Amino acid sequence: MKARHQRLLAVGLVVAGLAIASALTLRMFSENMMFFVEITDVRAGNYPADRNFRIGGLIEEGSMHREEGSLDISFVVTDLTCDVELVYTGVLPDMVVEGKGIVAHGRMDGDVFVADEVLAKHDENYVSPEIAETMTQHAESVAAGAAERGPECPH
Amino acid sequence: MWTFLKKLYHQLASPPHFYRLSPTFILWLAVPGYLLILYGTIAGLVYAPVDIVQGERFRMIYVHVPAAYLSMMAYMIMAIAGGIGLIWRLKLAHAVAASAAPIGMAFTFLALATGSIWGASTWGTWWEWADPRLMSELVLLFLFIGYMALRGAIDDTTRADKASAVLAMVGAVNIPIIHYSVEWWTSLHQGSTLLKEGGSGMQDTAQLYPLLAVIFGFTFAFGAMLLRRARTEVLIRERRTRWVKELVLSNEGDL
Repeated sequence: MKARHQRLLAVGLVVAGLAIASALTLRMFSENMMFFVEITDVRAGNYPADRNFRIGGLIEEGSMHREEGSLDISFVVTDLTCDVELVYTGVLPDMVVEGKGIVAHGRMDGDVFVADEVLAKHDENYVSPEIAETMTQHAESVAAGAAERGPECPH
Repeated sequence: MWTFLKKLYHQLASPPHFYRLSPTFILWLAVPGYLLILYGTIAGLVYAPVDIVQGERFRMIYVHVPAAYLSMMAYMIMAIAGGIGLIWRLKLAHAVAASAAPIGMAFTFLALATGSIWGASTWGTWWEWADPRLMSELVLLFLFIGYMALRGAIDDTTRADKASAVLAMVGAVNIPIIHYSVEWWTSLHQGSTLLKEGGSGMQDTAQLYPLLAVIFGFTFAFGAMLLRRARTEVLIRERRTRWVKELVLSNEGDL
């Protein structure tokens, strides 16, 4: 074996070993890498009860309620299988609208998620006014982002 | 064909030949690169139709996406060139790796800065520490800084080349993590628009073509910048050799 083949083998083994080690580490800590908890997991009780955490999902169409004369807001967050009601006091980013994605930070109080921060989550789709028009002609629900509901929430 | 490629490889791998031939490559990369960037930025930042949700804010994509993609591309070139330098003891490969670092760092910073400004006005936050995409890209910035600091800390060029090549290769595990972070875990950052399953998430060609133009334009321009830096790097590294002395004395070379 030539010296350069030995070096090639050594470098290859080190890189492969590192890749396997990091893959195993990431799998082990996968839960800690999650930015938010899915609504289905929240309904199943799989969330940290003693500390704040984040939930993510879509705002249900027609569920947004603003209390007149105050900054109190409530809406339903859905992952199209399960729902959870969210309450928040404050000003929302302008992209937080019905039918679109959000990520909220806070804690569960009974069946209600009390948020101290609500962020807009944009999806990977970019739609120009022209494309939006052709989409409405085909199917109104697609343009509005209102995807079909999945199976019944088991919880 | 094979002998031609072999000859080209040996010519390019030799520092004086690389120094002599690189201006042609730089020209062929820079001209289409900057023309594409010119078209892409004007068409994207001025003429492309808005996004119905984000409005004018969506135009940040024309800088953010090429910068983010090139930050990872520059790192891969740095790590692969470092590996080639280690295994085949190719001096030119180490010069290329050293040249890629500052450009990659600049693109990483640009991706983080544009993303942060965009996030502040759309998400409602400048920075989220727990987001896997944001964190892995920040780690990339630190890897570039660490790579350059390590190089700067070792006076002997050969030792600096070896140590930094090992660091670059170890850090390369971060690249797939950056790319797949939005698929493996839940994140605030959205998935990839162009590499989305079932076709691109940008259907209007008036929005899409300028984006593709800046991506290819940035890539070509990056290639030109990399060769330009590598040329200077080769000259500094070979300063004690005969061909550099002759080049300087003959005063023919465009220094």
